[in-house]
Amino acid sequence: MATNAKIKKLIDDNEVLLFMKGNPTFPQCGFSSVACQALGSIDTSFETVDVLQDAEIREGIKIYSNWPTIPQLYIRGEFIGGADIIRELYESGELAKIISKE
Amino acid sequence: MLQAIEIQKIIQANLNCNFIKVNGDDGTHFDAVIVSDVFNGQSMIKQHQRVYLALGNMMQSEIHALSIKTYTPDEWSQMNNI
Repeated sequence: MATNAKIKKLIDDNEVLLFMKGNPTFPQCGFSSVACQALGSIDTSFETVDVLQDAEIREGIKIYSNWPTIPQLYIRGEFIGGADIIRELYESGELAKIISKE
Repeated sequence: MLQAIEIQKIIQANLNCNFIKVNGDDGTHFDAVIVSDVFNGQSMIKQHQRVYLALGNMMQSEIHALSIKTYTPDEWSQMNNI
């Protein structure tokens, strides 16, 4: 429960939040790297959580989102998806629209 | 070593697929294209969750990286100009 509360607070406190392996400068996995590149190409600031630094969050976020993989993107509290969905939304231009509330 | 065809068979056994193809030959990285009636009217998140459900706990164990593309039959036929 403590982990869930911690995750919820992170999601509530950050408008655009990416749970990933590593950080945007040094992503530790190809999928996290793709997600960072997509977000980096959009005119937005975003925060990241490195799940490799926190085993509780790494496992907890999978249960929280009902999603078995990392990265995971949250925008204004809503779960957007994993790497494949982030990439598809980016390529279709939808991701920028979701972020700018169009 | 885990084979793409094994993943394909497990998804097929647990999800009614109109079309499925899983590729990948390094035992670690795979990508799947799946077309199913089940995806009709579902968000992309729900569609991918359905595929993960079909794989059971394989995502927590054997499968390290699986890229998923899901299509409804309509999307699929439009894309392939059928």
